[in-house]
Amino acid sequence: MIGVNMSEIMNLTIMGGVNKEGADEPIRSVEISSGEIVGIVGPTGSGKSTLIDDIEQLAQGDTPTGRTILVNGEKPDANIRVDPRKKLVAQLSQNMHFLADMTVEEFLQMHARSRGKDASLVSRVIELTNTLTGEPIAPYHHLTALSGGQSRSLMTADIAVISDSPVVLIDEVENAGIKKQEALQLLAGEGKIVVVVTHDPVLALMSSRRIVIRNGGMVDIISTSQEEQDVCCKISEVDNWLMSLRETIRRGDIVGEVA
Amino acid sequence: MKLVVLAGTPGSGKTSVLLHTIKALMRNEKRPAVVKVDCLWTDDDQRFKRLDIPVHVGLAKDMCPDHFTIYNTEEMLRWAEVEGADVLLSETAGLCLRCAPYPDECLAVCVIDVTTGPNTPLKVGPLLTTADIVVMTKGDLVSQAEREVFRERVLEVNPGCNIVEANGLTGKGAFELAEMIGSGPDAGDNMLLRYNPPLAICSLCTGENRVARKHHMGVLRNLDGFMEYKGE
Repeated sequence: MIGVNMSEIMNLTIMGGVNKEGADEPIRSVEISSGEIVGIVGPTGSGKSTLIDDIEQLAQGDTPTGRTILVNGEKPDANIRVDPRKKLVAQLSQNMHFLADMTVEEFLQMHARSRGKDASLVSRVIELTNTLTGEPIAPYHHLTALSGGQSRSLMTADIAVISDSPVVLIDEVENAGIKKQEALQLLAGEGKIVVVVTHDPVLALMSSRRIVIRNGGMVDIISTSQEEQDVCCKISEVDNWLMSLRETIRRGDIVGEVA
Repeated sequence: MKLVVLAGTPGSGKTSVLLHTIKALMRNEKRPAVVKVDCLWTDDDQRFKRLDIPVHVGLAKDMCPDHFTIYNTEEMLRWAEVEGADVLLSETAGLCLRCAPYPDECLAVCVIDVTTGPNTPLKVGPLLTTADIVVMTKGDLVSQAEREVFRERVLEVNPGCNIVEANGLTGKGAFELAEMIGSGPDAGDNMLLRYNPPLAICSLCTGENRVARKHHMGVLRNLDGFMEYKGE
């Protein structure tokens, strides 16, 4: 048992459990070091989010998959699993909306308190949110009235500023209607362990390795080859072009000819 | 005999959490028995019976369901003894949030649904504030930030509780809860309620159905908050 300090997280180890049939998953252990971005890929419903949840809870063989998560090769202390002030993990889940009937400011102040952070961070979160979303949000806006894109942008900025943790888990940021590469950069920060569930080829190939999930189990780990990295550069250009077209159309402008 | 009293707002997932927890208890070689108290109707006993454990249903009907649970606690413990159980799980159906049906010598568990929003912990009252364990359900439907804000609100009203984040669909949290039950207290012979039952008893409690104010007696509270005794 160790009482982990934020700066001391060097690596996480996922020890394999069982798949949906209860059979041992083929990959028995994956070690992820700080500074690394690892992707999780696989068909819808295959168990990608379940793996993310296992990491979020720092599972100790006590979740339906039976997986165990080790921090620096050791079993983590019980209270860092639950106390937000000591939490090692920040998670951007697939949820697109807030359900809390509060203003943006009230919510962020309370979240800062739950994480033991200063309330002065609130304005920084709102500023960052507005760099990710089209229509800006204000502190007095009601959380429940925000659009899907605004909500996801706020969740992203909140993680970057208030939930600032050495491990960041991201579930399908591409579906959020926000600037995904900027969001990823913001969340990844420096020297963090980043695990990203994605169907997006740019995001998947930006990671150094990707875990393949099938039928609830980890079946393969693929290291991103030089060839794949070259492909990634090429599709990034296409992606940025598409993004700029989208912005043009959103502004109500006319699209010019192909450069 | 260990006594666990499980309460919570309607639809919060008490039964689903309990079903997973029973499986975890049985893996720990415990012998659980369940009493499910409801107001008018339930078919949850069928769900419990599938786990092959002793199940008893109690319908409170005309009586307040929390008062029914408290009044029948001794009988439930006796029944569980006869059934050869070593843990009695009593699931209550409290609705009006004035009582907390927890005796002092039990493990008091309050189940609460995160999707009802972070103001809910302020509304639930003694059911939440006097619980030993607060189980937060449906957390998968909200963001991590919202779960953490909800948790903060729970700790504001009940600073000493243990919080378990559970999911009635996947069974998340059941293992943790089963461990806590395993080290919970044994029921005693002279148990006291942790929280006073409500003071107000009025003619409506005894079946008066005329609305006009002149027909009512007892401990009554006015809309402006003034409380008085009317009667002989």
